[in-house]
Amino acid sequence: MKFLKVTAAVGAAGLLGLACFLWVTAPARTPDDLWQGLGEPNVENGERVFSAGGCSSCHAAPGAGDDGRLVLAGGAPLASPFGTFHAPNISPHPEAGIGGWSLHEFGDAMLRGVGRQGEHLYPSFPYASYARMTPSDINDLFGYLKTLPASDNVAPAHELPFPFNQRALLGGWKFLYLNDDPRVAIANADAKVERGQYLVEGPGHCGECHTPRDALGGLKADLWLAGGPNPEGGPGRVPNITPGGLDGWSESDIAYYLESGFTPDYDSVGGSMTAVQKNMARLPAEDRDAIAAYLKAIPAH
Amino acid sequence: MKLKTIAAAAIVAVLGAGAVVAADEPQAARQQMMKDVGRAMGALAGIAKGEKPYDADVVKASLTTMSEVSKTFADQFPAGSETGFETEASPKIWENMDDFRAKDAQFGKDVDTALATLPADQAGVGAALGTIGKNCSACHETYRLKK
Repeated sequence: MKFLKVTAAVGAAGLLGLACFLWVTAPARTPDDLWQGLGEPNVENGERVFSAGGCSSCHAAPGAGDDGRLVLAGGAPLASPFGTFHAPNISPHPEAGIGGWSLHEFGDAMLRGVGRQGEHLYPSFPYASYARMTPSDINDLFGYLKTLPASDNVAPAHELPFPFNQRALLGGWKFLYLNDDPRVAIANADAKVERGQYLVEGPGHCGECHTPRDALGGLKADLWLAGGPNPEGGPGRVPNITPGGLDGWSESDIAYYLESGFTPDYDSVGGSMTAVQKNMARLPAEDRDAIAAYLKAIPAH
Repeated sequence: MKLKTIAAAAIVAVLGAGAVVAADEPQAARQQMMKDVGRAMGALAGIAKGEKPYDADVVKASLTTMSEVSKTFADQFPAGSETGFETEASPKIWENMDDFRAKDAQFGKDVDTALATLPADQAGVGAALGTIGKNCSACHETYRLKK
């Protein structure tokens, strides 16, 4: 009898705890007024944001190449220690893509990792970086995406074992890792460095690969951009791009690398950075210069 | 004393032989070839960026180096050379040898096209570099690990 009572008490406490967890970590949409008064999107700036974010690197069909990069049909696999994710279709198709989404719904996904049905999205979609983006840029990006070709492709579902297939757990992950604070504090940052900080920490989401992750898949904040193992597993390392890792690179070396793909000793870009560099080459030179200035200003590791 | 001398000579001989063996390994040979291409690329980029004056001899020599490397580079990946000597070669090379060879051939073709007309000024070198340089990342995207 006593055993039953204890079991019931533990069970009740457990349920209460679960209820608290779900309540505290429930998907939270952005406030409505964040998306008011933004006006008509500036599609040209939207394209710039699209290049900075490298959306097509994951959302174009696998192997689409340079010709197919603007058809955001989805399906590309992204391996991780938690399972394999498949990027969804974000083309303007009304059913298969995001053609039926409102700006507010798109903004919830970008800033809060909340899907159209109010569900938590997996952080393989790097909203923990995008949370730093301005509503204005998101409005412009959304406007630009609508100009791209529609695709009716339906991407495969994520291949995740239990417990990682339980989206409710992502509320806990967000509680730990989702915020819009600056990744590093830079004293006396000028406008150029601030622009670089915005591009790198926000849309560019550089830290998603260049910062090592802990066991729960969150970025190790004190090792910002210090490099680490390939987050997709397998051989190869992602380089340290703090001043400690880019020792011997000048600001103009970094900017030239982002433009041309050549390192100071004329080795070339490779691996998954190749697609990133092609996107960086599409940005105005001032943006590449800003990224370079920021990378020279952050703490060395 | 004599024994020590003989021992020292033996060590030197062994080390020397080791160095020769290493240089003969395909891993070392192909690394050297890529270094040569990098150096040639650097010479052209210096001109394209205006850091160095245009020099037809430098342009010709650099393109010739790249052309020569492209002719035999893909032969430096025989079975058994997949690992070792700090190779950054991806296993995908051996899985897709035909595509790997095709990419090397495309690199050679673009270099030879530039060599045939020989870029005549800074802008010409920049244009040639743009075309040739795409081959570096096109191949390294899939077939080189690490960076």
